[in-house]
Parts: sequence; C-alpha cells; structure tokens
Amino acid sequence: MVSISSEMIRAILPEIGLAVLALIVLVFDLVWREKDRRNLGWLTAGGLLVVFVITLIFSQPGDESVQVWGGMLRHDWLSYSFTLLFIFGAAATSLFAMDMKPLGQKGEFYLLLLVSTIGMSLMAASADLIMLFLAIETTSIPLYILAGFYKQDNKSTEAGYKYFLFGAMTSAIMLYGFSLIYGFTGTTDIYAITEMVVSGEVALTLAIGTLILVMVGFGFKISVVPFHFWAPDVYEGAPTPVAGFLSTASKAAGFAVLMRILLTVYADPELVPYWVIVVAALSVFSMTLGNALALPQKNIKRLLAYSSIAHAGYALIGVAAWPDQGLASVVFYLVVYVVTNLAAFGIVAAFWRITGTDQISDYAALSRRSPKLALIMMVTFLSLAGMPPLGGFVAKFFVFAAAVNAGLVWLAIIGVLNAIVGLYYYLVVLKVVYLFRSEEEDKPVPMTRPYAMALTILVAGIILLGTLFGPWAEWSARAASALF
Amino acid sequence: MPFPILSVIIFTPIITGLLILIIPGDRKTEIRVTALAASFLALALSTWVYFSYNTDVGGYQFVEKYDWFPPFGISYHMGVDGMSTPLMVLTGIVMFTGVLISWGIDDRPREFFAFLFILASGVFGVFASLDLFGLIFFYEIAVFPMYLLIAIWGWKVTREYAAMKLTLYLFIGSVIALVGILAMYFASGMGTFNMLELEAANFSPEFQKFWFPLVFFGFAVLGGIFPFHNWSPDGHVAAPTAVSMFHAGVLMKLGAFAALRVGIMLLPEGAQFHLPWIIILTLINVVYGAFIAMVQSDFKYVIGFSSVSHMGLVLMGFATLNGDGMLGAGVQMFSHGIMTALFFAVVGVIYDRAHTREIPKLGGFARLMPIVAAAFVIGGMVSMGMPGFSGFVAEFPIFMGLWRYQPWIAIVASISIVITASYIVRVIGRVFFGKMPEEFVGHFGDATVLDKVALVFLSAILIVVGVYPTIMVTMVESGVENIMRLLGGA
Repeated sequence: MVSISSEMIRAILPEIGLAVLALIVLVFDLVWREKDRRNLGWLTAGGLLVVFVITLIFSQPGDESVQVWGGMLRHDWLSYSFTLLFIFGAAATSLFAMDMKPLGQKGEFYLLLLVSTIGMSLMAASADLIMLFLAIETTSIPLYILAGFYKQDNKSTEAGYKYFLFGAMTSAIMLYGFSLIYGFTGTTDIYAITEMVVSGEVALTLAIGTLILVMVGFGFKISVVPFHFWAPDVYEGAPTPVAGFLSTASKAAGFAVLMRILLTVYADPELVPYWVIVVAALSVFSMTLGNALALPQKNIKRLLAYSSIAHAGYALIGVAAWPDQGLASVVFYLVVYVVTNLAAFGIVAAFWRITGTDQISDYAALSRRSPKLALIMMVTFLSLAGMPPLGGFVAKFFVFAAAVNAGLVWLAIIGVLNAIVGLYYYLVVLKVVYLFRSEEEDKPVPMTRPYAMALTILVAGIILLGTLFGPWAEWSARAASALF
Repeated sequence: MPFPILSVIIFTPIITGLLILIIPGDRKTEIRVTALAASFLALALSTWVYFSYNTDVGGYQFVEKYDWFPPFGISYHMGVDGMSTPLMVLTGIVMFTGVLISWGIDDRPREFFAFLFILASGVFGVFASLDLFGLIFFYEIAVFPMYLLIAIWGWKVTREYAAMKLTLYLFIGSVIALVGILAMYFASGMGTFNMLELEAANFSPEFQKFWFPLVFFGFAVLGGIFPFHNWSPDGHVAAPTAVSMFHAGVLMKLGAFAALRVGIMLLPEGAQFHLPWIIILTLINVVYGAFIAMVQSDFKYVIGFSSVSHMGLVLMGFATLNGDGMLGAGVQMFSHGIMTALFFAVVGVIYDRAHTREIPKLGGFARLMPIVAAAFVIGGMVSMGMPGFSGFVAEFPIFMGLWRYQPWIAIVASISIVITASYIVRVIGRVFFGKMPEEFVGHFGDATVLDKVALVFLSAILIVVGVYPTIMVTMVESGVENIMRLLGGA
C-alpha cells in the first residue's frame, strides 16, 4: 500500500484537472442541444485556462526534482513547463475548432483533445519506460481518431488511417527497443538506466543499437527525416485545428521525451560523439529536405507540414549541441515554435472556414479582403522565417549560438543557409497575400470572435517572445537543467 | 536619469507605424499627416542630437544601457559617436523627405507607411547600437520590410524579381555575419555582446584572419561591394521613389557602417590582413560602376549604378585604413545619402509625369519644372565632386588617403570622376534641356509643392556642407580618432 503524499497529488494536478474537464465536457455534450454545442469550445478553452492557472500556481515543482508514484513520473521544471505549453496549445486549438463545422459542434472532439493532452503531459513527466509507452499511446490514439474526424471526407479518412499505420509501426519498433533496454539493464527506470550506462554496465554498441530503435518512435512523433512521410498527407487531410495541434503540441511532447531518453546516452562522455553525429545528421536532413520540399508546394497545409519538418531540424541542432546551452535553446525554440505554428494553422482554419480552400494561390489579395488577417499572417510567417523582432529570430539565434558554442560551426552554417531557403518560401506566400490581385477581392474574410481572440493572444506572444525574451529564456534554461 | 533621446528616436517610427495600422485604411489624409508628423519629430530629434554632440569630448555620447538578457551578456545599449551621428541625421532627413515625396501613393498608403517606418526604426537602431545582438537584431528589422515595399508598390515590370533578389542577397549576407558574430562572442570568452568590451578582446590573428572576410562581406553586401552589388541597381529601379531614396540613401550605408563597426573595428588585424585585396574590389566598384552607369539608357539605372560607384568610394575609404580615408568615407556616407535621395526623388517626379524613364525619350524638363532641374544639377555637382558642394568635402580626403596608401589606386580611381561627369552632364543635357518631345507638351505641369520642399531641403543641405565643411568634418574626425586608436594608430 502506497501512502499518497501531497507531492504526489501536486505532480499530477494538471492531469486531474484535465480529466475532470473532460468529464464536464462530456456531461454538457449530453445536456446541451445541438445548436448550443458550439459553446463546448468556450467551455473547453475556459476550463483549460482554469487548469492552466491551477497548474501554474499549485503544481510548481521545487528546486529539487522528485520522482513520484513509484518512480513512474518525475515532477520537475521540464514536465511542468511542457505541461503548461500543452494546455495552452489545446486551448488555442479548441478556440480554432469551435467555428469549424462539423468539428466544433461535436463533444467527442473536445473530449479526445483533452485526453490527448493528458497523454502529452504524462509523456513529458514519464521517468519510466512503461509509463512512457502508455503515455505515448494515450496521446496518439485520440490523435489518430481526430485526424480522421471527417468521416465523409476521403482525405481526412486517409489522413487518420495513414497516421495510425505509421504510428502503430513506429510504436512497435520503439517498444521492441524498450524491451531490449529492459533486457540488458533489468530496469525500466530511465534514471537508473542512465546510471548503469555511465558506470559502464551496458556495452557501448548495445546502448547505441537499442536507442536507435527507440529513436524511430520519437522520430515519428517529431516528424524528422526519414520518419516524416506521414506528415504532409496527414496535415493536409486532417481538420486544420487538429493538424495545428499535431504539428505543435504533439511535436513538443516528442521532443520532451526525446531529451529525457537521450539523457541516458549523453550522460556518458564516451558515447557523446556518436550521438552528436546521429542527431546532427537527422537535423541536417530534416532541415534541408523539409525546406527543399516546401518550395514547390501549392497547398498551404502541405507547405506548413514541410516547414514543420524543417523546424524539427532546427530544434535538433540544439539537441546536438548538448549539454551547455543546447537544451535550453531547444526548450525555448519549442515554445516559440508552438506559439507561432498554432497561429499559422489558426489563420489557415479561419481562411478555410470562409473560402473552403487551402490552395496558396487562393490567398491572393487577402490583404485587401482582410487586412487584419493578412497582417497576422505576415507576423506569423516572418517569425517562422526567423525575423526580428519576432520570436522566431531569438529562437534561431539561441539554437545557432548553442551550436557555435559546442564547436559545431558547420551545423550552424547549414542551419543559417536553410533559414534563407525558408525565408524564400514564406515570402512567396506573403507575396501572394499582399501583391496578387484576385477576382474575389471584394469579398471580405471575416474572423469570428474565437479566432480573433486566439490569434491576438498568439501574435502578442510571438512579439513578446521576440523582444522581452529574457524571462522566457531563463525559464527555458531552468526547465532544461531540471532534466539532470 | 537623462532623457533617453536615442530610444525616442529609434522607437518613434515603429510606434507610429503600428499606430498607423490602427487607422482605418480609407482615411488616407490622416495616415499621411501622422506619418509626416512622426518623421518630422524623428528629424528634429536627430538634428538636436547632432548639434548637441560634444565633439571636443568625442567618444560615445547619449549612452543608454539596460539589461536585455544578462545570462548571455545581451544588453540594450545605445550610443552615438562622430561616425554614426551624421548617419542618424541622414536617416531623419531621408525619412522626412521620403514621406513628402510619397504623398501621392494611393494604393494602401497605410501599409506603405507602416512598413517604411518599421524599416526606419531598424536603421536608427543599427546606427546607435553598441551591442552586437542589438545591431544584428535591428539590422534584420531594416532588411525585411524592403521586400514588401518593393514587391507591392514597386515598378510592375521587375518588382517581384528584384525584391526577392535583394532580400535573399541581403539575408544571406546578414546570416553569415551572424555566425561570425557568434564566433566572436564565444571566442572572446568574455560572455558579452558589448562591442566596447569586445574591442579589447584581442582575438588571435588566425581567428581574425578567418572570420574577418565572412563578417566584412556579410555586411558589405548591403554596401554594394563588388561582386555582390548585383541586387542593388535592380532593387533601386524596381522600388517606389521613397523606397529607392531610403534604400540607396540610407540602407547601403547601413551595410558599410556595420562592416566598419563589426568587421574593421572588432577584428583590426584581420582587416589589415585582408583589406589590401579587398581594396581592389572596391576599385572595381568605383570604376566599373561608373562605366556601367554611363551606358545605361534608363534614367533610374544610371542613378542606381552611380550609387554602386559612390558606395565603392566609401568602402575604399575604409580600406585605406588611414585617417584621411576614413574621414572622407564618413562624410561620403552622409553626402552620398542626401545626394542619391535627391536623385531618386527627381527621377520619381519625372517618371510620375512622363511614365517613361528612357533618357532618349525625355527632354526639355527644365522649362517646365525649373526647381527640379536646379536640384538635379546641384546633385550632379555633388556627384562629380565639385568644390563648394558636399561631394568635394567627402572625396578629397578619400583620394588623399588613397594616395598615401598607394598612388596608382588613386590614379585609377580618379578615372571615375571623369566618367561620372560625363554621365551626369549627359543626363542633365538630355532630360532637362533640349527639346521636349511632342507627346509631352501640355500634358503635365510643375512638380507639387511638397516635392519642391523636399528637393530644396535636400539641395540646401548639400550646399551647406560643401560651403561650410567644418559642420561635419569635426564631427566625423572625432569618430575616426576612435577607429584609428583600435587600428593601432596607423
């Protein structure tokens, strides 16, 4: 019988809150009539705000990281920060979804979103392989359903199915890796495994070999090359708010566990050079291929999919530049990326709601049809491109700085060259928005209140992260150092 | 705490730009008046800074310093010296006259002025930055609005191509310089981006030799250095008038200035090692640019290539690494900025009426718009380096410096003066005098009052600096002193 301490409750406070919220949503879904169900979006977003505040205040970990619930979860600044990020992402997603028919009218959507968020926050906190696997599946299964939410739409069904097949496959390989690790070490506790690697109880080749299997699973989650094939099709077919959630929160969760798992190998100085090569190679391929394939895209969601593959590559630069400033820069990069990319998908959703199209060429004259939406789009895309005074610039700056500091100047140079390719295709989209004329330019593209609200908050966040970045960067450094 | 005047100057444009975005798009007069008021404020404040800068004391004045991100040693650190103060005023002047000239823009003026003002804030920020992070931060802010300004409001034929080419060139340069800056930051081991502290970092000679070209060229791309000057004439030609003025008048100085501040001043040994061959490139700039300008038939391309030639003189002045050259380059940055802004304003005024820039198709404009013609002639005199105009004050020390450095370079470079005279005189003769083509007669009148105000204002400055050079030379000299100290008093 395990006695339950207050620390243990504090550690899972966000998950409890999310679960309660999910139940409330379920009840109201039954109580409210069909025409009122759109308000479930407000309920979810409002509830998430409450959970966010509760987590922020009551779930704050102490300076010492602790492992709770029999070593299953680790309550530290990393899990705390990422949980807040996921809750934020889920709130923005529910606001984006509520005016999308029929997505926002269905209680199941909000329920699945919340369950997936629970999974993500557990992923960030997992300190045990079993827990980790369960958390990943808790996250993924709702997402498979969400991606295929439009049952009548072939592309959405295809997206759901494809995502599911890829996910199941990579999960299987990852689980195989987990079983090998358990076989070699006799434990599933990540931190215990780390100690065994450092003390040399596990042979070098075995540690590297099994971790490559594990990396397959994470590579899928963060969609790095060569595990990226699902991303463009799934983003294109899935409902836009879901695609936004997939490319931001889900990816950030993947990075959180990636960093925790890599800790096991990075702890051993002997292994570090091998891993730097592996991670740097993944990073280079993701950046280069992601950016190169984004160039010819005609569909904005596919473009954002390839751009998100490239962004995973930039973030991996920070992982390769372990440990000094690398991790802190990754956390900061992810925060900026989540905020920016959510805004990008929000814009796409808002535009689709009125026009029913995702083709880049149909964005022509958006600046005349809706100057506000065009301006938000400019801020967002320039942040993705890494222009000051927006978050993307500072994030890239920190990542490249970490690389130069770690002696990986070549990686930084490949990174900056890729940033130029990125700038090119983001500017091409802005060119369509601002420069091209269209026959429909007299028809405005109005935003409903949830969009206006969420996008305003996100744009304010992008600018704040790009100018007064001090507190956020310090927070990221704190989260990163909690890993050890 | 003293009044943070530099911050006020830097943030006035960007805050105005954001305010303008709130004004409804159809209230165009309100938008223009707001823009004019803000640009006048920026001009007035920068002029005030110029005249209250104490040249006897020298060094960095009006310094403001606040922590921005202490763990990395990043601070918001602003201050101006004898080199940057004239450039602050230059920016103010070009901004003010640019707004006057752009009064007639009718397609989305709200966005136009907002983007132009964001750019202006970036420019002010770079000139005043004493922190490397701040410098690159503002540098990029100054670069990217250019894309939209050219692509949306530019000349329909080439704008998309020119805007993208310009942006990619400049962005490639700036990110390469960024890597160099990061390398400097970590190599110094001082954990600070403060340029004043990094001046004492004593980077090893190998380090300096390796990184100097990357940093110098990274920034000098924006200064139009050969063989990376290619974006510049295309960009000038495609841009709308006010943007050409800003672009050639101020932005190119940004590149030269940053190359000086970060490249030469922080990596002096690298500069001494590499500049002897870089000076040959600048010589090509000067002479080749002038030749190309001579054979152009498009009025705006003539001015565009003349900018390449004149910016070559600036970079050449830096490359002499002696006091005279630096002094001349400093004055030339200001003088050329005003002169080229004036040129582009004149081209804009004529193109708006004639709808062609082909020199053979133009003629007789002096009778129709005497003030515009007079302004262009004054600009032409400056361009040729005639005594009594600011161009002489700038070019004379550059050639003195060159002679001290290597007489044959001075001799070759002086060819450009002759060629400049030939193309300027040709333009004056063809466009302003001669017979006006039949199809133009009676179709349009004189320039607007606002255009004239702008042109007279610009011409007056060129004459004042030419007649009374002390007004600028003392200022720049105090800045050069500091640079020479870093270069080991050579």
